[in-house]
Amino acid sequence: MDFINHQLFIKDINVHIDPILPKKTAIITHGHADHARFGHDHVIATRQTIDIMKIRYGDKCAKKFTPLRYGQKYSIKNFDFTLYPAGHILGSAQVLIEKNNHRLVITGDYKVGKDETCKNFKLVKCDTLITEATFGLPIFQHPDPKDEIQKLIQSVKINKNNCHIVGAYALGKAQRIMNLLRQQKYNETIFIHGSLEKLCQYYSKEKINIGKFEKVSSKDKSFYEGKIIIAPPSALKDRWSRRFPNPIICMASGWMTVKQRAKQQGIELPLVISDHSDWNELLDTIKKSKAKNILITHGQEDALVYYCKKQNLVSKPLSIQGRSDEEIE
Amino acid sequence: MKKFSSLLHNLILTPSRNTKIKLLQDYFKILDINRAYALAILSNQLSFQFIKASKLRELVYEQVDQHLFDYSYDYVGDLAETISLIWPTKKEGKSQNLSTLIENIKKIKKSEINTEFSKVLSKLSNNERWTLIKICTGGLRIGVSERLVKTALADLYNKSVNEIEEIWHGLEFPYENLFQWLKNETSKPKIDFKKLFHPMMLANPIDEERDFKRLDANEFQAEYKWDGIRVQLMVSSKSVSLYSRTGDNISSAFPEIIETTKGDAVIDGELLVGRNFKPSGFNDLQQRLNRKKASKDLQKKFPVFIRAYDILFYKGKDLRKLSLVERRKYLEKFQKENTTNQIDLSTIINFLTWDELTKYKNNFHDDLNEGVMIKLKNSEYLPGRKKGYWYKWKKNPKLVDAILMYAQRGHGKRSSYYSDFTFGVWKESELVPIGKAYSGYTDKELLVLDKFIRNNTINKFGPVREVKKEIILEVAFDDVFPSTRHKSGVAMRFPRIHRIRWDKPVNEVLTISEFKKEFKLS
Repeated sequence: MDFINHQLFIKDINVHIDPILPKKTAIITHGHADHARFGHDHVIATRQTIDIMKIRYGDKCAKKFTPLRYGQKYSIKNFDFTLYPAGHILGSAQVLIEKNNHRLVITGDYKVGKDETCKNFKLVKCDTLITEATFGLPIFQHPDPKDEIQKLIQSVKINKNNCHIVGAYALGKAQRIMNLLRQQKYNETIFIHGSLEKLCQYYSKEKINIGKFEKVSSKDKSFYEGKIIIAPPSALKDRWSRRFPNPIICMASGWMTVKQRAKQQGIELPLVISDHSDWNELLDTIKKSKAKNILITHGQEDALVYYCKKQNLVSKPLSIQGRSDEEIE
Repeated sequence: MKKFSSLLHNLILTPSRNTKIKLLQDYFKILDINRAYALAILSNQLSFQFIKASKLRELVYEQVDQHLFDYSYDYVGDLAETISLIWPTKKEGKSQNLSTLIENIKKIKKSEINTEFSKVLSKLSNNERWTLIKICTGGLRIGVSERLVKTALADLYNKSVNEIEEIWHGLEFPYENLFQWLKNETSKPKIDFKKLFHPMMLANPIDEERDFKRLDANEFQAEYKWDGIRVQLMVSSKSVSLYSRTGDNISSAFPEIIETTKGDAVIDGELLVGRNFKPSGFNDLQQRLNRKKASKDLQKKFPVFIRAYDILFYKGKDLRKLSLVERRKYLEKFQKENTTNQIDLSTIINFLTWDELTKYKNNFHDDLNEGVMIKLKNSEYLPGRKKGYWYKWKKNPKLVDAILMYAQRGHGKRSSYYSDFTFGVWKESELVPIGKAYSGYTDKELLVLDKFIRNNTINKFGPVREVKKEIILEVAFDDVFPSTRHKSGVAMRFPRIHRIRWDKPVNEVLTISEFKKEFKLS
């Protein structure tokens, strides 16, 4: 494991995983902006991640792309790379790196729970596990997303004169909310903020059931009464949201577990729906991976490091620049 | 319990006052005994003797690893919420209603509290657990004041909220007479006003820019604002009693007042420590606070008196509808009957213009007043913090520049931010902390500080982060005293962050001996 440094850089072959700055060769775990950036020479990722990067940054966001299927091996000198599903968003992957019989897995962001919008997480046994810890505290125990989405559906039924604006990240979370609504037989048109349009179209094209959606337009205020609108969290406080009738501000995020956080952000209807593993899933993954060496990246790493040490696992935090504790999802 | 806990959940999350009122009203429409419990809880009149924050911590440590709990608590910043989330999920029991649950908890014996109360917690859902712990630890902090609860009740039954305020302190659980009167089934509850604590009239801070343009100086008078504790003194031929601002009976702690006062009146004033009506500092007053009794020795060393500034009743007559000027005449009468060493009158400052008042406000000769109170001459005595009648105008605070040393995450509404700051001054080549502040900054400044702390941590001690010594804070404070408890030898009163001094280099900050000299501590 000495071959990779705390910035997820493999010096021997000049390869970075999820680098923040433009690099020669970058393996990208998924399309979120804190992992996938513009300007690398060579991007290695799943086909969907590459598609998503092109949608967000343009076709020329890297000089060269190498799409990999899940499970397909790719070698650079004596390093073998394989991508496995991470269950985080469409196209998200874990990276298995093999060198001289040492197996190292970088999980990227991942969740273990079921999700119809992407391939489900696959556990990969390894010697060294580099895991995320966004929700690395025992207070985070994500409820069943079906129950959470029902809260939204019930609130829409009761508050007929209000519209519900759901804050959700434009890539992944927004489409998952739409899919969950469809699973719960909500068949109305879902209205979306303009910044979600291309990504929603892409999800549809990839045959993910997000149902009928339409971009919000300057219609009469009353038109949106009783409707569900999905927007990126940044739009909730924006002038944009003032055009709607009596909006009830909702937010779909694992952070919504904590009432005080919801209150701080002015969220009236918190929906605890996360695309990251909760505490128990993190522990379970660490255990089942059989790794003896656990490195913990962005998030609430202190508690998880403490827990691993108690289990006699070698464990230390890995601070990666550009990923602060609480902004990412 | 499900219904009540979802009421609290919704109340804490809704920013709109009208929605809060509507939520409360929907709940109070229920007709059974549960609404009485809810009212007691929302007005902080219900508490459990054995179950306090320390006990809850003890219980949660039996359930989960202490370190994991501490990490979580540091993150969440709210004890009730942390416990409710981290408590191991068992199978939820049959939902109980609020009244049954509370009565069952009251029946738990002290010796069995650990096992029995843990059992109760295990049977509840997250949200119910949160509610119950909030009830136990008191002070719900859900953004609902007692006043708002009364307003919701009054509006629901077309009564005025002042009518409820008037009788409020004479009501008792389960408030049968209140609810019957609200529904017009009986007349207004008869309350013995002589025994009753009357909610006090409170002042709003003055907004110098806005208010002085708006308000006519001729309609106001002023008094010095004293840094003591606000009290209500109730005197009758049968008994004398003393109440704190919150309506707690504190008579037994101040026997010299109780024993010497005569007459028949209800007085509003400030309790101060001092001899011959010359107040000594807040430090001295603190020697008399939070005690159930005062020994003869203590009474001698730290004698107390009341500086009276208002009167609510005199010889059975309700004066509250009279003007402040009229009431003052009765107050002077009362004082003449009590020429003891225990009661004097608050001096009235007359002034013609607001400018003229400034010099009284900034009266630095006397450190013991903290500014002036500005009162409308013809104001009635109105309970609560009504706008437009009484204002407080604090003198300019003392200021010192100090270096940010440590930071900790805040609690409540600031729980995700590093918002508790420890700052210090030089002692030779090292820094020594002189105080801690968690307010005063703007939201923008907080974001800047929070970011600085996250990016410039050089050491972690549990939840406390030590940071690079680069940021200078201008700290405002009301006063500073010598202290043997702190390494620096000083203790500040009400320190808060005034601004960030980007312009000043750290080597220009005072040394501790310069600091002491400047504020006359050595």
